[in-house]
Amino acid sequence: MSNMKMSKLEIFNRKNVIMLFLLLLVYGIVQLLFQNQILNKFYMMTFILVCIYIILAVSQNLITGFTGQLAIGHAGFMAIGAYMSALVTVKLDGSLIAGLIFGSIVAAFAGILIGIPTLRLKGDYLAIATLGLGEIVRIIFLNTDYLGGATGFQVPKVINWTWAFWLMVISVVVIKNFINSSHGRACIAVRENEIAAEAMGINTTKYKVMAFAIGALFAGLAGAIYANYMYVILPGTFSFLKSFEILVMVVLGGLGSITGCIIGAGLMTLVSAFLANYPEMRMVIIAVLLILLMIYRPNGLLGNKEFKFDFLNPKKKGEENGTA
Amino acid sequence: MLLLNNIHVFYGAIHALKGISFEVNKGEIVTLIGSNGAGKSTCLKTISGLLRPKEGALSFKDDDLTVVDAPQIVARGISHVPEGRRIFANMSVSENLDLGAYLRKDKEGIKEDREEIFTLFPRLKERRRQLAGTLSGGEQQMLAMGRALMSKPELLLLDEPSMGLAPILVKQIFEIIKEINSSGTTILLVEQNARMALSIANRAYVLETGKIVLSGNAQELMATEEVRKAYLGG
Ligand SMILES: Nc1ncnc2c1ncn2[C@@H]1O[C@H](COP(=O)(O)OP(=O)(O)O)[C@@H](O)[C@H]1O
Ligand SMILES: [Mg+2]
Repeated sequence: MSNMKMSKLEIFNRKNVIMLFLLLLVYGIVQLLFQNQILNKFYMMTFILVCIYIILAVSQNLITGFTGQLAIGHAGFMAIGAYMSALVTVKLDGSLIAGLIFGSIVAAFAGILIGIPTLRLKGDYLAIATLGLGEIVRIIFLNTDYLGGATGFQVPKVINWTWAFWLMVISVVVIKNFINSSHGRACIAVRENEIAAEAMGINTTKYKVMAFAIGALFAGLAGAIYANYMYVILPGTFSFLKSFEILVMVVLGGLGSITGCIIGAGLMTLVSAFLANYPEMRMVIIAVLLILLMIYRPNGLLGNKEFKFDFLNPKKKGEENGTA
Repeated sequence: MLLLNNIHVFYGAIHALKGISFEVNKGEIVTLIGSNGAGKSTCLKTISGLLRPKEGALSFKDDDLTVVDAPQIVARGISHVPEGRRIFANMSVSENLDLGAYLRKDKEGIKEDREEIFTLFPRLKERRRQLAGTLSGGEQQMLAMGRALMSKPELLLLDEPSMGLAPILVKQIFEIIKEINSSGTTILLVEQNARMALSIANRAYVLETGKIVLSGNAQELMATEEVRKAYLGG
């Protein structure tokens, strides 16, 4: 009983209320600017892509930044989410929500299936295996004529700013809460030292697969949002370059920092969008940015620190004796 | 309490343990000494379930451990401090200790044990908010031992706690091991520092290339010609 009370108080603390207010403000301002056509369709697409990439980056960060597994197959899970959600919304005439759920769940199952054998591998070997599996997924869709094959799969556009923004918020909150739970602690212990984690009684395989499955679930969700926004999905979109792009966002923002990789995803997406008319320059500028970053901030913009918004909460007494 | 009978362990084709048999009784300090590569760490990893024996029997309090996985072995009361400390470097001292109690649910008991560990290792208390990676070698060893104690083990497996420490710290660590033992925890201690290990142990086994070549009362072993020559430098 008293536990219930506690958690209620925790959820409605000052910091969370102010955060919710800020989110509503951001959402509302962007929505108003679109409605009054101060921002055009190009901006709309850019903002929705920012939301999609934030989901991809945060879920990749759970696998790589927090659990320490260098998996480079996120584009594959994104493709599964995209095609499976479109299968529901287009071929089976299902609702958008059904499509989003189905796409995410199939991606999560694929994550478990791929994770169990490959997560025994370490470092470079895991990277190569997941890279290859991501490409296999793409090639399967490329050769599935039922789902459009090489010419692409037409999907009606039903996602708008409201869907993209709030799905992004939900994804970040779910992953953040997972990381702050005892499961999340176990994942970080696996990253820090696998042998010690095992000696503590942590089932390291279980947590690696769990992180991989949750990461794949949200990559699938991001793919499903993408599919139902873009009019058409093409297998080529989900190549290994996409996986690298997501990994770069995470490294840019900081492995092991959620707020960091949100900034990384936002920054990269905006830079790419505003340089879209100069495709050659775009790659050069991104490369230069990355080189500068690696020289001046080798651990990413935020390292593994979080931007905490703690100043929104008045300091509690007796925190000194906390368990830190 | 702990019983190994004719245990064989392989790393691929390498035959690391060639039929090891020994026992540890409740309340004892038993030490396993032997030179580098003899198979001491392999032995501890097999007991804690990180490695599986290919042949032989392994039991703890009459339960067969060969069919139990590593987390279950921790839950049954065996805690392993691996070689080279292996602390969680980017976490604070407190967070390291919390992870030691990972399998426990009794919040009150965990709190009490944390206080007990802070009494045993006052240095850890002073530094509880510091990142573990910034501790000195001796402090990291204390943290690794404290963390293992947080699971409230009946049997503590220690792999070379003196490795890389200054002599004064080695003495301190061994004093603490005796203290842990006298408060009721049985200890299996692996050491290259045979002199120190034999001085605090009740019984000892000498391991050479995957086989036990000598065993007996620690004091008596220390007096034998073979042990003096091979492990105590003359
Ligand atoms: N991971 C491993 N792979 C292959 N061989 C190993 C591995 N670990 C240990 N060995 C071999 O097993 C033998 C015993 O090693 P170990 O138990 O670490 O010895 P000790 O702890 O007594 O120094 C050595 O010959 C060592 O080379
Ligand atoms: Mg060893």
